Amino acid sequence: MARDSQAALVALNRFGFGARGGASGDLVNAASDPRGFVKAELAHASGVLLEAPGLQSTSQLGQAVFAYQDQVKQAREAAKAAAPAGTPAPTEQKSVLRRNLSLNATATEIAGQMTEAKPADSAARPAAMQPTAAAPPAAKPALQPLNVIRKTFRAEALARLQRATLVACGFTERLVVFWSNHFCISATKGELARIWAGAFERKAIRPHVLGRFADMLRAVEQHPAMLFFLDNQQSLGPDSRAGQNRKRGLNENLAREIMELHTLGVGGGYTQGDVTSLARIITGWTFAGRKGQLGPPGSFVFNSNAHQPGPQVLLGKTYEAAGLAQGEAALADIARHPSTAKFVATKFVRHFVADDPPPALVARLRDVFVRTDGDLKALATALVDSDEAWRTPLTKMRSPYEFLVASGRLLAHVPEDPSRYLNGLKLLGQPLWSPAGPNGFPDTNAAWAAPEGMKLRLDIAAQIGARLGNNIDPLDLLEFAAADAASIETRRTVERAESRQQALALLLMSPEMQRR
Amino acid sequence: MIDCVENRLLTSRRGLLLGGASFAAWAYLPKFAHAAGGRDPRLIVVILRGALDGLATVAPIGDPDYAGLHGSIALTADGAHPAIMLDSFFALHPAMPEFARMYRDGHAAAIHAVATPYRDRSHFDGQDVLESGYAGPGRVQSGWLNRALEALPRGERVSSGLAVGPTTPLVLRGNAPTVGWAPLALPQADGDTAMRLVDLYRHRDPALATALSQGLQLDKAASGDDMKRKPGNAVAQMRQVARGAARLMAADDGPRIAALAFDGWDTHANEGGPVGRLAFLLGGLDGALAEFESALGDRWRDTVIVVATEFGRTARINGTDGTDHGTGTIVLLAGGAVKGGRVISDWPGLKLANLHEGRDLKPTTDLRSVIKGVLQGQFGLSDLVLAETVFPDSAGARPMKGLVV
Repeated sequence: MARDSQAALVALNRFGFGARGGASGDLVNAASDPRGFVKAELAHASGVLLEAPGLQSTSQLGQAVFAYQDQVKQAREAAKAAAPAGTPAPTEQKSVLRRNLSLNATATEIAGQMTEAKPADSAARPAAMQPTAAAPPAAKPALQPLNVIRKTFRAEALARLQRATLVACGFTERLVVFWSNHFCISATKGELARIWAGAFERKAIRPHVLGRFADMLRAVEQHPAMLFFLDNQQSLGPDSRAGQNRKRGLNENLAREIMELHTLGVGGGYTQGDVTSLARIITGWTFAGRKGQLGPPGSFVFNSNAHQPGPQVLLGKTYEAAGLAQGEAALADIARHPSTAKFVATKFVRHFVADDPPPALVARLRDVFVRTDGDLKALATALVDSDEAWRTPLTKMRSPYEFLVASGRLLAHVPEDPSRYLNGLKLLGQPLWSPAGPNGFPDTNAAWAAPEGMKLRLDIAAQIGARLGNNIDPLDLLEFAAADAASIETRRTVERAESRQQALALLLMSPEMQRR
Repeated sequence: MIDCVENRLLTSRRGLLLGGASFAAWAYLPKFAHAAGGRDPRLIVVILRGALDGLATVAPIGDPDYAGLHGSIALTADGAHPAIMLDSFFALHPAMPEFARMYRDGHAAAIHAVATPYRDRSHFDGQDVLESGYAGPGRVQSGWLNRALEALPRGERVSSGLAVGPTTPLVLRGNAPTVGWAPLALPQADGDTAMRLVDLYRHRDPALATALSQGLQLDKAASGDDMKRKPGNAVAQMRQVARGAARLMAADDGPRIAALAFDGWDTHANEGGPVGRLAFLLGGLDGALAEFESALGDRWRDTVIVVATEFGRTARINGTDGTDHGTGTIVLLAGGAVKGGRVISDWPGLKLANLHEGRDLKPTTDLRSVIKGVLQGQFGLSDLVLAETVFPDSAGARPMKGLVV
């Protein structure tokens, strides 16, 4: 029995998002057939897709941003016309810079938001219930209604969080997060990136998570969000018509990251010449602008006017084909390059098994990748079938996203509002879809088990405990989370807490909940 | 958001939440107030989570066995921090001068050797029994204070029971509607929780122990705190909570009944005597009582505050200068409506043979009798309602008479 529970922890925590509380029976199900429990989700590729009411296509979202920007511009011009001369235009209010606050203040900020009344509640509040003796809080600027960009971002985030909370194991959702971070964009790049962040994952990542790597690679590099994030829409072939007219040229950003971060990896056998060559090959890969001259605004288009004419040599091979086909052929070859197989296998095992990935397992997955021509379902299956994945101790630290989702699952709390998660992720250094660079969020214990992060996790756990601990039996939750695989020390610590609130905070912070 | 720079001691209007059902429909109390000759009674229930050491708070220094059992943390009537004599037998912890003043003025009382019907030692179950008002632990979803609220006569419209804190404590949950209020700056993970977690990590996950310890140090450095300030913050928070709740209750149509909880009373190690960890907490409680008094203003006259805990602690100190989970403890009453200046106790004595299971102060008074006495004195609830509805199956625990002026 003990061994079964231990295997269930591997199934649920290493591969999934942790056990759900309530009547799910996840731990029992996982214990009875750990591998089968994980692999069940791989059987239905369509289950990876995410379609929620109201989520729109990439092109529709692009058009929404263009329309919004037009509105803002018009409003600004109207205000300028109405304002007496010499009055400076009102500057947008900048949010307080987080880093300048003390840790306590930042945590307080989260705490305040976590107990914030819903607007409907405050409207129903009678004046008599306001503490008359207290000075009224300083007048605050009225809350702006959310614009379409923020609204979309929140809706996309909510759909993702709800899916992660509700799925049985969460293995495919973990795969989505893995690939989404591998091929990351950052929502901080600008309004288009923010509104597209969710659509990028839905349209470019999810359909291929159990498909072929080459297909995902093409979908990602042709998605407007990626083209915008890595500036390819500005890249012009020096000898193209547009390049000659505008006296501008190549931007190597996307080409470099394709080889360095998306496929071959640093040291994967490419040169600066190859980077330049790939940059030329993918010139003209862009998205239609607000005027829609090349296609529906916000959709991927190939602009032959910007494309560098002529054959290009990349990694020793000459690509003759003109137009879009040139780049598609190049990407297809890079996708099946041996360096790509090794790079992907290493990263995959590092994410799911250990910071120092077992070399034999990496080699086996590399071979699977090569043999199946980058079949990502075969890759995931080989990982689950490996002995290493079940024998290696659970030493990886849950990322902030994994920690918050695992907590929500254990508490059987399906989010209806993404705010707490988004705030928590920001506080813990993993703002949703917003890594600091194109290399994505780090994937090592050193990054997530850092002192400041641990203290802030504890504060968040304490807040959750204070808010929800009243209504739960922490010992029931410990059974759901780990049953007899829980250490005696964890069990004692939870049992001996002085209140249910404290017990819940300690349970959420226990090694069983932090490590995977 | 902007609120983080707001004065933390301001009571936040934004923090006021609606809990429970619609609160427009609920009306009670002032009718009773008129019936009782113009009194407009108020009741505040303060729950000390973690099990208060009653023998360290109201010390039986007249009992010949007390000093030996409580050892290095026992209070004495002399020395640098003398306990405050309440009568010839019992002495109050020196960290509670405000309570002592109220006691002298006849507005505070202590009841000793008290316990709920619960006789085991689990915090969770003990708190369930304390708050649900049932004789044993179970997953009951309503509390005795809420059921008392339901039983009150309907009258003019006033607002509902007030739950202070991020959630409604069990004692106030149930059919009768409640409102909730919490100060904006809720306590962060407190030092006790952090200490317990570091201890767990030390045994199971040393890398996390190191990281968290460093994180806690960093946090202290960032906020300019040293080790001593930690309990001080808890003290400030207790006062802040009390002040905010009292302001709400002082309003003409404000809540008449409130419940709140203070954490941190689980003193297994380094409990301290006249100074130390428990002393800090008692100082915070004392300050909170004083805040209630001043912010309630004229309403203090009609107020009773009941301070209760899930159980007591062992009579004998343990090997780490603390006390473990015990049984008998104290209830404190404070407020202008308390018939005070008394320690009420059927004292069982601290001889080994008299201790419960050879380790705890033996309870001789049922906590339900004390609370029933307060509810009856304040609101005139009948014996029957108290015995069947508020505290089911408690006919044996008769309401204590004469607690309220």
